[in-house]
Amino acid sequence: METEQLLLFGIVLFVVGALSALVPVKTFRIVPYLLSLIGSLFFLSLGLILTAITPVSYQALSASSIFEFSLRGDALAGFFIITISLVASAVSVYSIGFTRNLVHAGLSGFFTNILILSLYAVVLSANIFTFLISWETMAIASYFLVTLNRSDEASRAGLFYAVMTHIGTAFIIALFLLLYRSTNRMDFEGMKAGIAAMPTMVKTVIFIFALIGFGTKAGIVPLHTWIPRAYPVAPPHIAALMSSLLVKMGIYGFLRISFDVLGQGPEWWGITVISVGAVSALLGILYGLIENDLKLFLAYSSVENVGIILLGIGASMMFKSNGLAALSSLALTAALFHVLNHALFKGVLFLGAGSIIHSTGSGNMEHMGGLLKRMPMTGLFFLAGALSICALPPFNGFASEWLTYQALLLGYQSPSVTAKIVSPLGGAALALTGAIAAAGFVKAFGVTFLGAPRTAGSRNAEEVPFPLVVGMALLAIPCLMFGLFPGPALSFLMPAVYALTGASTTLEHHGMLGVSQTSAALSPIGMLATMTVMMIAVMLFIRMKGGKRKTVYGDSWDCGIPGLTPRMQYTAKAFTKPLRIIYKRIYLPSRDINVQYILKPFFVKSIRYGSEITPFFERYVYEPATRFIQAVAGKVKLLQSGSLNLYLGYILITLILLLIFAS
Amino acid sequence: MEYFQFLVIILFSPLVNGVIKKLKANMQGRVGPGVLQPYYDLLRLLKKDMVVSTVTSWIFKATPYIVFTATATAAVIVPVLSTASPYGMMGDVIALIYLFALARFFMALGGLDAGTSFGGEGSSREMTVAILVEPIMMLALFTAAISAGSTNIVRIATVHPAVFSPSHLLALTAFMVAIVAETGRVPVDNPDTHLELTMIHEGMILEYSGRYLALMEWAHYMKQMILFTLAIDIFFPLGIAQSGNPAILAAAVVVYAAKVTGMALLMALVESTRAKIRFFQLPSLLGGSFVLAFLSLVTHIMMGK
Repeated sequence: METEQLLLFGIVLFVVGALSALVPVKTFRIVPYLLSLIGSLFFLSLGLILTAITPVSYQALSASSIFEFSLRGDALAGFFIITISLVASAVSVYSIGFTRNLVHAGLSGFFTNILILSLYAVVLSANIFTFLISWETMAIASYFLVTLNRSDEASRAGLFYAVMTHIGTAFIIALFLLLYRSTNRMDFEGMKAGIAAMPTMVKTVIFIFALIGFGTKAGIVPLHTWIPRAYPVAPPHIAALMSSLLVKMGIYGFLRISFDVLGQGPEWWGITVISVGAVSALLGILYGLIENDLKLFLAYSSVENVGIILLGIGASMMFKSNGLAALSSLALTAALFHVLNHALFKGVLFLGAGSIIHSTGSGNMEHMGGLLKRMPMTGLFFLAGALSICALPPFNGFASEWLTYQALLLGYQSPSVTAKIVSPLGGAALALTGAIAAAGFVKAFGVTFLGAPRTAGSRNAEEVPFPLVVGMALLAIPCLMFGLFPGPALSFLMPAVYALTGASTTLEHHGMLGVSQTSAALSPIGMLATMTVMMIAVMLFIRMKGGKRKTVYGDSWDCGIPGLTPRMQYTAKAFTKPLRIIYKRIYLPSRDINVQYILKPFFVKSIRYGSEITPFFERYVYEPATRFIQAVAGKVKLLQSGSLNLYLGYILITLILLLIFAS
Repeated sequence: MEYFQFLVIILFSPLVNGVIKKLKANMQGRVGPGVLQPYYDLLRLLKKDMVVSTVTSWIFKATPYIVFTATATAAVIVPVLSTASPYGMMGDVIALIYLFALARFFMALGGLDAGTSFGGEGSSREMTVAILVEPIMMLALFTAAISAGSTNIVRIATVHPAVFSPSHLLALTAFMVAIVAETGRVPVDNPDTHLELTMIHEGMILEYSGRYLALMEWAHYMKQMILFTLAIDIFFPLGIAQSGNPAILAAAVVVYAAKVTGMALLMALVESTRAKIRFFQLPSLLGGSFVLAFLSLVTHIMMGK
């Protein structure tokens, strides 16, 4: 009863919030976000309860046995509800201060509320019908939010997003139909019960469809192409919602179908997922590294993190099919923990990027510099997010990646040789990804916040208003807390892990993570304590040996030629040049040097230099596909001549054909 | 006693660097400074006033302390003389690598903070080298961890795997190349150069002076000794004390000192006989070493040793 009321209150708050956004009164503008804040707190308590109790079903609006709108809350849904609520509440607070910058503040508030509500609906859906309705609502709301500022770029990005997401949805519908055909049930619980009788071949097809369909939403390579288009044009708080939560719905759907409903599959499923995860993580961050637009860089980094999550999920599936339930549970814990962590730190990074754009008027790193002095709080929280996403101790990203390493390392306990080799290689890919991400975030933070300001926009930047700071803090503080004390975070997701893998491993003892299978332990709080003790010791030592010395402030080293200007600083582009050269087989750079001479070859008039990275998947996969579809569409157009007689002829032919085949 | 074995690394790491320098000088037919020179340098730096650029932010000032403390924490994790170390509960070999990554992250930020080309160049190159080295290191350590069934360094050192199995030799070779790169030595970087266009590590810390520089240098010495110790613990742990018994511990001190001297000799030998290679030839050197690490993994899985 209690959960039902929480659910009802939550839904009502979001619906009222959405409607209140349409009231065209200026002072009313913060109301939708206040309501979504309160609504997400209601859902937060619902999520906390759901992880602790047996699953509950909520029946509503039953028109027929097929078109039945019903919700079901279980531990997995509970965990995702907690994740959504943590991010949604922070984004709501942030939006309170941010909304006055928006072009269509009313519509934006409306769709933001609808989007958050649809996220909750997706994870609570009990049957196909509810799921698809929520899934589409989510897609449509986010489409409108992406295209809200109505620039050409936004419309193109929006169209691309809409097409990609519907290709994904097509696969999802197909897999639902397959499930329905063989189990004759519309609800996930019923399907799960009837799955045993399903032939392996059909299961495999469903698995592949799930990987493609949900993978499109999650942004796995090569289905990731909508992400770097949609996020940069979306307003930053929407980009935060999309990157932190919307892509996680892909992960949720994949878990629901391939873990919960399908149960156990052959080993190669897991190995496939590990490989897809490794490729997504590596290519995602490699493409991100060279981008100098903050939001674009963060968008690619989402692709990377989805890859890391899939490494954990894949390892978990692989262990499950080999009957190693305890290891499966360890790997899934790592994956779900990273789902939560990525939602938090990517949220704070996107909100931070939003604050920077708000203050400087630009999203390009090359236009910035020295922002840490001008925006100290934004800088601090962005740094916390960057440290977390680079998996540096003692932040939360480290805890979940550490668990992922442990899980991948334990792959050697699988019986098959492929698994034994693939999973440590996944670990090496994770190490490489981590190092590239660190380079990327050194660049993003260093060029943006450190050094001297490169433009007037960054020179005159000021700290953002209070609600924006609070919004970022609400995400940055849990990043540190869940890193130091992983216990509470793990308690959100352990019930879900137990429900999916049938085993539970206690990983946390007295604030310490411990994996008994590798006798490895990790105590982030111990690390922090050691660092603090060392800090005090070395400060005392310096004071003792060095005494008090004065600090002289002067110019940076300029090789003896005075007149260092901000333009002489290392740029973001220069920072990644070595990697563009080293990974040229991946980037396929093309350069174009055009020299004009006054007198060849001695007197040069002008040099134009251009270089471009070949977007591999766009050029060799998407462009040919688009051309093919356009060509086919051109041919099909011949049918539509405009002549009435011809159309009547079509009807006649169809009728005859029907008569032939139907009889 | 074993609770304080990390002090060996904190206190003697400058000495190890002094020994490498001395050995290198002797091999090159020079007398070279005394082995205690790094201590004198550190003390001298501590007593100096500092010049700090007005462009910098708090990151610049926090970096030396973060780099030092992160490295010192890594020193606590790694067992030096005795496997009766209680700090295996704090972190494993992965935590150790990521503490180095934390230090490197801030060092690279410190390089960018003064807004000069050299700092940025050093940061960019350091992060690039890290990208090339990190997977090698992880894969080599994974092979060792798989054969010991643990990522806990104490455990790996205790299990005593067959030291001269093919997979271990391959992993060891790969790991050694990674150590050369991580400690900024020839042929990857030149620790003695201050020529702007060739330096990596030195470029990054160019703006630092006084006690900040002392902390950075000291941390660099510690990192070097930790990596030596890690290689010793993982690839030839024979002789490490298994308990806190004073006699065994005394023997362990001798064995450890001999092994570290051996590592120092190897480093001096490599530095004296190799020339620094061009930055963009690094991928072939490190790529080759990645292949070795991969082969060691495959060998271990196929042959079981």
